[in-house]
Amino acid sequence: MTTNMEFKITNRAKTVTLALIVVGLLFTAIGIFTGMSDHHFATRLLANGLINSFFFFALGLGALFFLALQYATETGWYASVKRVIEAVAGFLPYGMMLMLLTLLTITFMHGAHIYSWMDPAMYTKGSHHYDAIIAGKRPFLNEIFFWVRTLVYMAIYYIFWMGFRKRSLLEDSIGGTELHFKNYKKAATFLVCFAVFSSTSSWDWLMSIDVHWFSTLFGWYTFAGMWCSTMVVLVLTTLYLKKLGYLPNVNDSHIHDLGKWTFATSFLWSYLWFSQFMLIWYANIGEEVAYYIMRIENFKILYFSMFLINFAFPMLILMSRDAKRNAGILTLVGLIILTGHWLDVYIMVSAGTLGAQAQFGFLELGMVLAVLGFFVRMILVNLTKAPLTPANHPFLDESVHHEI
Amino acid sequence: MAEKVIYAMYDDDDVLKDGAKKLVAKGVKISEVFSPFPIHGIDPIIGIKNTRLGILAFIYGITGTMLATYGMRFFMVEDWPMNIGGKPNFTYLDNMLAFIPITFEFTVLCAAHGMAITYLLRNKTLPGMPAQNPDPRTTDDKFVMEIRLSENSSFSAEQLEGMIRETGMIELDQKEIK
Repeated sequence: MTTNMEFKITNRAKTVTLALIVVGLLFTAIGIFTGMSDHHFATRLLANGLINSFFFFALGLGALFFLALQYATETGWYASVKRVIEAVAGFLPYGMMLMLLTLLTITFMHGAHIYSWMDPAMYTKGSHHYDAIIAGKRPFLNEIFFWVRTLVYMAIYYIFWMGFRKRSLLEDSIGGTELHFKNYKKAATFLVCFAVFSSTSSWDWLMSIDVHWFSTLFGWYTFAGMWCSTMVVLVLTTLYLKKLGYLPNVNDSHIHDLGKWTFATSFLWSYLWFSQFMLIWYANIGEEVAYYIMRIENFKILYFSMFLINFAFPMLILMSRDAKRNAGILTLVGLIILTGHWLDVYIMVSAGTLGAQAQFGFLELGMVLAVLGFFVRMILVNLTKAPLTPANHPFLDESVHHEI
Repeated sequence: MAEKVIYAMYDDDDVLKDGAKKLVAKGVKISEVFSPFPIHGIDPIIGIKNTRLGILAFIYGITGTMLATYGMRFFMVEDWPMNIGGKPNFTYLDNMLAFIPITFEFTVLCAAHGMAITYLLRNKTLPGMPAQNPDPRTTDDKFVMEIRLSENSSFSAEQLEGMIRETGMIELDQKEIK
């Protein structure tokens, strides 16, 4: 019924991704040499490391979450694009390595003014910089517990990912519904873990930058941004493969569904962003508004235009049914909101670490280009490792005849 | 003027769909299909145009947005300026953030109610209206295809019946409707 076309990376894609990595590394090197003498250099370098490793790690994690969501809800339509989701989720181990490398360096540098709660001067009584609030948060925010949590998140994500991938490939050869129901149970378990971890990990990795401040919505807000960016990556990868003539089973309806997810998740993100912002604005309590004042003082135009881009663009352009079925419109909107969500992470990290000293130069551009090149290359490599159509997926037939 | 209509009943939506495909391929015009649930993919086969309900939803929604904006500007800023928690209330823009949730809710309210009422009116299924379907069983587990003789003037009634009989239907009925 279906043809298993094996994906081959085109020479053009190889050149482009390699060029991105080389240019990125070159720019990073220029940035390092020109910025090294700066007083804030280490913070700037590591903050950018955190921005890019988190953003791309989150794309892999978002794809793993989306895959688990499909298993747990026993969805049918996605079977034709399942291998695309898996290819993006396959970046997770590399994203974890980037994250661990960044977090480890930050820990060795006692927070590097990113996690100021790691700095002994902040919590040692009698020290010049002693901060009673930070000292009070020591039971939760200390290096050992931080690393225990980080490693637990990573280990659990990794174990679930390896299990899903193994069973997915096994299903291709043996079929049947036993694996399907196993995936169903594992996915439900994963979603429970993820529901907790997505919140707590965003507190650990991102919210603890602004250590005095906290928001109960922060976890969802980070998660919604990650989900939306993931959907964009899935749409773009699917469209790319379609353009090259792969994925014969994917029709307009599948693209439409992925477009709907992009549309819906950008609303989810906007809704959470606004809920967090409006409640804090309305209550106007000093310790809460500090977070937004830092952003409005140093990133006013960027911060609000980022919100408008991520909200108004998909809302107005992707609203109609025809737009969600149009590859050109989807690609344009997708690239714009992907940049918007990267900016979101950029401001999330930069405002609390560098503040007024934040800049956008060779270093920032170079690091994002290098990691982007690596990310795209790894997705393409992952796509070559399995047939693009999961041969024995129990819902494959439903997916082939998907029509909305 | 009375019109002759053929009703063909099926007990499976896939059989009906395949039958409709064959009939349409022979040039038969199917005017309507009655079914207890939406049949995926039947619309393009029998040539039903895409619904314009979405466009109306947008118009209803925009109306709600505008009404809410105008209303709140009038109530809270112009007519009786209200100072809530010391928030600036001299202009609408000063306090716009506080108005957004209500604007959003009212947009959704107008769009949803407008769409539901339009849908019921357009389908002539407002509560209490007489049923339009030819056979009560189409609300349970049967599917009926409606073919009008006036729309298929190139075929005789016998020819049409002959073609329909080949499609796996279970009951055939002819009626005169006004």
